[in-house]
Amino acid sequence: MKSRKYAVCLGVSALALMVPTLPALADATSDGIAHYRELLAEGNPAELWEMRGEELWREARGPKKATLEQCDLGQGAGVVKGAFVTLPRYFADTKRVQDLESRLLTCMETLQGIPAAEVAATPFGKGEQENIEALVAWISAESRGMQFNVPTSHPEEKRMYEVGKRAFHFRGGPHDFGCVTCHGDDGKRIRLQDLPNLTQPADAARGFGAWPAYRVSSGELWSMQRRLNDCFRQQRFPYPLYGSDVTIALSTYLGVTANGAGESIAPAIKR
Amino acid sequence: MAGPMRIRAASNGTETEVKVLMSHEMETGQRKDPSGALIPAHHITELTATHNGRVVLSGQFGPAVSKNPYLQFRFKGGAKGDKVTVSWVDNKGDKRSDEVVVS
Ligand code: HEC
Repeated sequence: MKSRKYAVCLGVSALALMVPTLPALADATSDGIAHYRELLAEGNPAELWEMRGEELWREARGPKKATLEQCDLGQGAGVVKGAFVTLPRYFADTKRVQDLESRLLTCMETLQGIPAAEVAATPFGKGEQENIEALVAWISAESRGMQFNVPTSHPEEKRMYEVGKRAFHFRGGPHDFGCVTCHGDDGKRIRLQDLPNLTQPADAARGFGAWPAYRVSSGELWSMQRRLNDCFRQQRFPYPLYGSDVTIALSTYLGVTANGAGESIAPAIKR
Repeated sequence: MAGPMRIRAASNGTETEVKVLMSHEMETGQRKDPSGALIPAHHITELTATHNGRVVLSGQFGPAVSKNPYLQFRFKGGAKGDKVTVSWVDNKGDKRSDEVVVS
């Protein structure tokens, strides 16, 4: 219900404005938001992407007319269950740490002959990116309820964690923002959105472990790369390249911080 | 053409609960594209649910229903193994029908 949904949002954010002077109301507001989210989660349209993703995995596509069933997401060729909660990780064949999306690019190129650079240059929600969105929805759903267990045993994994940590704390741009400005303290909120303290394990698990997610506001399924892109925008930084090392480093930092601290609920539903 | 619906139907012995996720733009006809042109309305107009061929729900949908709508309802009766079918028609004449076995 487009118009009504909008009215609800306006109503709740009007309350949120009053929060600083009325602490008792803050709880009621958060409870109200939590209830609203519960109602949404009942019928999470991300399931529509999951269904499509599962089909795509098994569909012979691309110049090589091959499926993705031999794709190695880190648990062995074709193993999907549990892969999501152990990414990013180091892959010996590409000699680099990869997150789910950059790994999918590798599999699409090597198995199906779909050029990775072309997919990376495609805008979100269009063409092959739309397919990636369906694939990440299904692949993440296959690890629903599992604890994060992102590896740090390989030297490259350790390095990417350290790079990610630095990138997270790096401040710059017109507002001197870093990820840490918005995600480095407990109990912060921008309008309706709780801002997780991503430097802390439980919040990192909750925040990192929710994406990919269906966004009610746009009716789209957003991958982690797209989530990060939007945070770069909020930070007034230029968009990073799709699947670039800085995005993978950030995910490594967030994933490792989340290790053992909570279950993956991806693909979640967000406003 | 619209993608398949996700339907779940579960019986508790006396009632069957049905949950349906539909894949549809549900464009209101009120919005404009970046160039200022009106985006034509495109939404489901009628929805029908049947249990073993008998209509248990029939509804009219319009532009006030969200994109990728979710519908949940219950009907009396229904047993494990029965068939529940959900069908819709939209204002452009597109149709979709999907079936599920009651669990
Ligand atoms: C100007 C503030 C701001 C900055 C800077 C920022 N973010 Fe965010 N971030 C947000 C907001 C607001 C949300 C929640 C959006 C929503 O729920 O709609 C969010 C959500 C997230 C989430 C998902 C959390 C969840 O609970 O769903 C992650 C992960 C994240 N940001 C990572 C980052 C990273 C990494 C950076 C640095 C590159 C960053 N953010 C920089 C404001 C910011």
